[in-house]
Formats: sequence, C-alpha cells, structure tokens
Amino acid sequence: MALRMAENSLEHVASGLVARAVSAGATAADVVVREADEFSTVLRLGKIESLKEAASKALGLRAFVGTRSATSFSSDFSASSLLRLVERTLAMAKVTSEDPASGLPAAELLGRYAGDLELYSPDVGELSTDDRIQFARRAEEAALSADPRIQNSEGAWFEASWGTKAYANSLGFAGSYRSSYCAVSVAPIAQNGGMQRDYWYSVARRASALEDPAAVGRKAAERALRKLGARKASTCRVPVVFDPETARSLLGHVFEAVRGDAIYRSASFLTGKLGQRVASGNVTILDDGLRPSGFGSRPFDDEGVPACITPVIEKGELRNYLLNCYTARKLNMRTTGNASRGLAGPPMVGPKNFYLAAGQPPPAEILRSVRSGFYVTELIGFGVNIVTGDYSRGASGLWIENGELTFPVQEVTIAGNLAEMLNHIEAIGSDLEFRSALAAPTLLVEGLTVAGT
Amino acid sequence: MGNSDRFFYERYGLTEPDLERYLAAAVSEGGDYADLYFEYTTTSSLLLDESLVKSATEGISLGCGVRVLAGEQTGYAYTDDLAPEKILKVARIAARIASGPARLSTVGLTTVEPSHDFYPVLLPSTDRDLAEKLALVERGDRAARGYDSRIRQVRVSYGDQIRHILIAGSDGRVVMDLQPLVRLGVFTIAQENGNLQSGSSGGGGRVGLEFFQGEQSPEHFAREAARQAIVQLTARAAPAGEMEVVLGPGWPGILLHEAIGHGLEADFNRKGISAFSGRIGQRVASELCTVVDDGTIPGRRGSLNMDDEGAPTQRTVLIENGILRGYLQDRLSATVLKGTSTGNGRRESYEHIPMPRMTNTCMLAGAEDPQDIIRSVRRGLYAVYFGGGQVDITNGKFVFSASEAYLIEDGKITAPVKGATLIGDGPTVLTRVTAVGNDLQLDPGIGTCGKDGQSVPVGVGIPTIKVSRLTVGGTAPRSVQSFQ
Repeated sequence: MALRMAENSLEHVASGLVARAVSAGATAADVVVREADEFSTVLRLGKIESLKEAASKALGLRAFVGTRSATSFSSDFSASSLLRLVERTLAMAKVTSEDPASGLPAAELLGRYAGDLELYSPDVGELSTDDRIQFARRAEEAALSADPRIQNSEGAWFEASWGTKAYANSLGFAGSYRSSYCAVSVAPIAQNGGMQRDYWYSVARRASALEDPAAVGRKAAERALRKLGARKASTCRVPVVFDPETARSLLGHVFEAVRGDAIYRSASFLTGKLGQRVASGNVTILDDGLRPSGFGSRPFDDEGVPACITPVIEKGELRNYLLNCYTARKLNMRTTGNASRGLAGPPMVGPKNFYLAAGQPPPAEILRSVRSGFYVTELIGFGVNIVTGDYSRGASGLWIENGELTFPVQEVTIAGNLAEMLNHIEAIGSDLEFRSALAAPTLLVEGLTVAGT
Repeated sequence: MGNSDRFFYERYGLTEPDLERYLAAAVSEGGDYADLYFEYTTTSSLLLDESLVKSATEGISLGCGVRVLAGEQTGYAYTDDLAPEKILKVARIAARIASGPARLSTVGLTTVEPSHDFYPVLLPSTDRDLAEKLALVERGDRAARGYDSRIRQVRVSYGDQIRHILIAGSDGRVVMDLQPLVRLGVFTIAQENGNLQSGSSGGGGRVGLEFFQGEQSPEHFAREAARQAIVQLTARAAPAGEMEVVLGPGWPGILLHEAIGHGLEADFNRKGISAFSGRIGQRVASELCTVVDDGTIPGRRGSLNMDDEGAPTQRTVLIENGILRGYLQDRLSATVLKGTSTGNGRRESYEHIPMPRMTNTCMLAGAEDPQDIIRSVRRGLYAVYFGGGQVDITNGKFVFSASEAYLIEDGKITAPVKGATLIGDGPTVLTRVTAVGNDLQLDPGIGTCGKDGQSVPVGVGIPTIKVSRLTVGGTAPRSVQSFQ
C-alpha cells in the first residue's frame, strides 16, 4: 500500500503510517508527527549577532507485536524511507521483552478536549523579520540605558516557533493541533569593580501578549544591578524565601517525584504515599491541561487521551500521581493524560500546567515576616536526588535582616531534604504567574542549611 | 572505515558543482565566509529495566545547515530535505545576514584529508546486531542484581550513534568525517529497612562494541553502580561550610570544566563578559596546575578529528603552571580576537550554529602519591564521584555535585556522606590547589555538556588533587558535625 503524500496533512501522514505498520504485521501502532517553523535572532550592543530561520518536520513510530514494542524516528517522509522504517521497527519489536503493562490506551479512554485552548496565534509567524529584531533591540536598549553601571550585555534574544503536531493510532484515533510560541529576553552585565550578569524574559503564545520589551530590559537591569557587591554568607540554618523563578524549580522536583515513571520503580521519595500528608496544609498543587494558552496545555496527550485537570496535592495530602498508560497499568491506576513523547522512544510522563496554587500574602509581606534569612533569586547545579529527596544546590540572592533585603549573596549553597521542605512551607505568596508549564508563587521554607563561610 | 568516506556523494548524489552552487548562493549578498554542514546521523538505544527489554529505538537524522559570516554577524538556516532547490533556498535565507554584492567566489573545491583518525573503528556499532547489544545490557543487569541482595531496581541503558558529516567552506576546503559514539549506563536502587539509595555508573567513547570486552565491561559498570547505592545506605549528612577537599581522579575533573573551561570559551571573552576576560598572562591557578583541552586523544567521547567548522582539533594549553595561556576559539571568535581557531568550534547538529565548546579538558599529572595527599588532611572531604555541574561565567561562581564522598579525619577516609554540592569561584579555586597527584585518569566516557540550548559530548580528566578551601553544601554545620 503506497502512502499518498498528496494529502499533505499531518494527520494523514500519521494514520497512513499506522496503517502501513499494521499491514506489515504490527498488532498495534501509533505515530507522532511534528512540523514546525522557527526563527531566532541575537542582538548585542545594538547590532545583530545572528539570524536563524528554518522549517523542519519529523515523525516517530511505535509498533507493537503483542506486548513487545519498539520505536523509531525519521525526518524523511518519502514512501520508501517509511517502508524501511516500518520493517526495522517491527524487527526491533521482536527482540524486546513481553511486557504486560505496555500497549495503547483502552479505546474508551481516547478523545480530545473539544474547546479552544488558544494554543496558536498567526501573529507569531506573521511578524516581519524587522519587527522580531525590534523586540530584542528595545529590550537591550532599555537595559543598557537603565544605569551607568550597565555598559555591556551578553545579548538580547527574540525567538519564535509555530507548527502542528499530529497523533494517530491503530484504534482509529487521529488528531492534530497547532501551537505557537515567542519569547524576548535580555542578559545585561552590571559592573562596579566586579561583573554580574542577570536576565529577564517574556514568553507568550501570541506576539501581542508579550510584555513590553522595554519593561523586560529594565527588569533585567534591576536584577543584574542588585547582584553588585555580592559576598558569601556565613554557614547557618535559616528560613529561605524563594522568588517565583526559583520556587518554580522546587515545583519541578515535586513533578519529578510524582511522575509515574519514578513511582512504579520506587525511585521517588513520594512512593507509597498516596492519601498521606506530604506537605504543609497550605500546599495545593494542580496539574491543569485546560488552561487557555497554557504552555502545558494541549487537547490530548501523546497517547490520544484528552486533557483534564488533576489534583496532585490538596491541602498537603497527596491525591494523585501523574501517569501515562504504561505507568497506570504498572500501578493499577488510571492514566491522568500525561503521556509525553519525544520523537525517540516510548511515551514518558510530562507535566501539563503544573502549579502551586497562590496564597494570600503579597511577597513583600512574606519578606517582612523574616527576621534573619535568605531570599534566593538564582539556583545553579543539579544536586537533587528524587529517590531520597536530598537537596543541595548553589544559590545567589539577598540577605534578609529584620524583614528588609540587605546585601547581595553569592557562592553559597542551600541544602535540605525535599520531603522535609514540603512540610515546612510556611508561607505561599499571591504572585503566581504562568511563565512556563511549571509555575509557583514566592515561597517561604523553614529549616534549610545555608553553607558559606 | 576512513574519515574521507564519500557517503554524501554516493548515497545522496551530492556533487562538487552542487557544493559550489550552494556556496555561491550563500555568499550572493556579500559575506566574508560561508559553510555548508551536511549531517547524517543514525542512532539506536536499548533500555533494560526490571530485567525486561522495555524499549528499543532507532532513528535517522539528516539535513544540511548553511552558515554565512559577515563581520561579527552570522546568518543561519537549515533543511532536512537535501533536494537542491531546498538547499539553495536556505542558502539564500542565510545570505540575508550580509548586504551588498557578492564579494567571494568559490571556484574549485579541495577535499582535505585529515592527518589523523582518532576513532578508526573497524565495525561501527550501528552495524552490529541488536542481539550483541542486548547481550551487553543483560550482562549488566545480572551483575548489578547479583552484587548484593539489597539491590532492588536495576536499569541498564545502551546508546550508540554514527554521524557522517561533510563540511564545505567558501575557502574551497571540504572535509568529511565518520564519528562513532557509544555509551552504556547502569542505574541501581538499593533498599534496606525502608531506606532507598541510588547509584550510577557508565562509560564508552568513540569506539566499537569491543570496547566493552575489556576492563570497561558491563559487569564493571554494574558493580560500580551497585556499590555506590550500597555505600549510600550508610551515608550520613554531609558537612556544611568551607573545608579542605580532596578530589579523586577521573570524573571529578568536572571541576575544570565548570571552574575554568566555560569561562575560557572565546565567545564569552570576545564579549568581555567572562571572569577570565582580559586575563591572559595572569596567574589563575597554583604553579602545580597545568590544564589542557585536548580533542586529539584517541577513542574518547570528547575527541574529534576536526571540529564542526572543519578545523583540525588540537591540544590547547589553557593554564600552564598556573598562568592563563589561552582561550578556546572557533572561527568567529578567532576573527574578532585576531587569533586562530583552536579547533573548538562545535555544534550539536546541522540545526545549530557553531560556538566554542570544550573537547577533553584535563589537568596534567603531578608528582604526589594520592595516599600522601589524603594523609595530609586533618579534617576535610574526599569526593570521588559526581553528578553534574554548572557555572555563571560572569561572576565565576561554579558548582559540581558530589554523589559519592567521604569524611577525611586525621588523614584517614572514614564515613561516607550524602551527596552535596560544592561551590567555588573559578578564577581563584585553582590557586588553592596545594597538591596534585601522579594518578591522572580520564572520565569513563559519560559527559555531556549543555550550553545555550546545545548539547555536545565531552570528556574530563584529573589526578587526585587537594583544594585547601571549598564550600561544601551539606546539612550538618561544622559545630554539630562529629569530626572526632
């Protein structure tokens, strides 16, 4: 059976390939296809450093022979290449193990969210090259003119991408959706003796929703200037306030700990804790696939299961793990529609819009409540062990004394254990913003060890 | 298998006149230099988990990236379709970075044969049977589970790739290469009385499967990963604060990669934003330290016959007896800084713009006996294995996270401690190296470096060294720590 490329629609490519795999002997199959256009520019000191533009496409095939399966990927959509792809994938599948948990979702689980999630805007692709460059230029100009101590910059960026994703499987599901994305950012260098770098950014699904680039530039400048004169703090155990950017990284660790992939392997400190109290009573964390224009929203996941909202932690109690079909079967539970697949490999578990619900106090009030502590604005390093919850990362920020921000701090670490940290979230701010698929407001955590001098 | 293989000519009908046409289109609007980067990469991987072969994946990535340089500016476009009209289209898009009439013309191309082959693999792994690779992961699984009854979970992964590249420059130079890369990894979880701990180990390089038949066998990595997890079962809280730190040989060389390597990449230095900017000729380390970046070590994960701009790789001395000697240059930074490329212009794939990246970054061996170095420490930390690291090249602060470390008390290695992140200052940390051992080792072939959204394989190496003062990010303040 020859693939009919004249159809020119990604859904047809996907379902055509599924059919080809089945007729070659697969007992089940699914295909993800992506097509995207991208653009990016870097400006520095007002001059264009680079301009990059491209269109690309790729697909991933998963073929089952009973409960054995294998995956393959390619960017070559020609009929002959896809034929070879099917043959090789089936040959690999026969070498893998029988795995009773593997397989497509049950047919009744498949579907798509019918509403408009507002994932795509034509204005991103329609921007002229000059307009795109202007976003970056205006951000950098604002940063460079903010203060005489800012004379240099690493650069300013504008990035955009837009495209279509399609998914089809041998149970008859076929669907696709478009999405778009754009971002402007700038990284100024502040200097007063020593040099410090920081950055700020705005991201959106539509160009008209980007923040004013001059405001982005001014905030980036403010953040860089704030670091000047930074020094080490003494080693101590104090309350730590995480700004929303760093608080988001904590949410990321919680996500890693509630993913089905980690849970069924006992590779998470939250294994076996469903229904138990795992965090302070003020902590509610949701995984919301329906948020309009959300960076983690989509009408169906990478197995064709429709988007939904899953409560993960409710007032401190662990309610649900996040699952795809495979991990759901391993745990005798039901998929939560979190299947996420890169082109290579089987579906894993990815976040939808995974966020910590906002609290009441404005962030300024949280800072005022701290007599002596550390306000963290940047974290570096990878010292987080999801199996044990052990946490140790490099940090910069500002020292808090009597509720006021005082001297900037650098070259220290903060350390603790995530299980304890979750139970010592003493305050959650009102400043929740969605700047990625993960989001959190300002947080106050007790009992971390700051290691410095 | 030679690196002048005619892959793109034979398989895709690419001809030299084609290359000339594409280059002409690229420089049609001016520009000082243009290059075409053709890439065909085939990748395969296997995952064994819970003793089941859960996943087998294969894939092909094929495309061409066209770059145009005009002064300090870069125009870039790429396509995954090698049809001539598609490549001409992207060449014209990249050309738009310049403005004005064409100033270059490329007449006649010369294929430059590299003078060396650092990975003469007879039979690339991608041509080997899946069954042979399966046998490797199964051996790893058995060895890890058999190591100790407390090992509960074992995950063994195998991955390989072969990359064919052809780079044609507007200076008429054409180079080709065939780059293998193989890696085996083992991850284990041990459990005792409700306490769960993990360990991991792996290795490989630009080698064939026969690499795993020697000392670097699946059993070796499996036992290492299992041993680490078992050690962690009795680990106590790591200390917090500044102390003497002894680093073991090999992968702890990540210290060099983070503390100085990134800071010496010339793109940061041409912009004047690195903590090492303007410091060539100054002391940045103790006299005991000589650090090189060497892309010419045979078979290593971080090695290349030529960089991704076609420039020959070399051994670049970064720090010589403590004095800063040079940066890692690509073509663009060399043009701006009026130097020459050091063969460090790398890119993740045809979809990416090249920039200065490391290859294998190593400190040369010293004269001391590693045992003497440990004996010289009254109270400190001995760290032998790490996860990853990161650096802010502007203020120079860097971190690397120890995953296996021990207290040193009165010159003896005592209790294991939990993983902790070490933090320091790049331009000063090496000035505090007070002992360098004679046991230089390179890492086993597991390093991947991320910069600006591009990942490339790298290597590191170091002998046992002592750093007189480094901040250890544990949770046990010194006053509470039982340094008895």
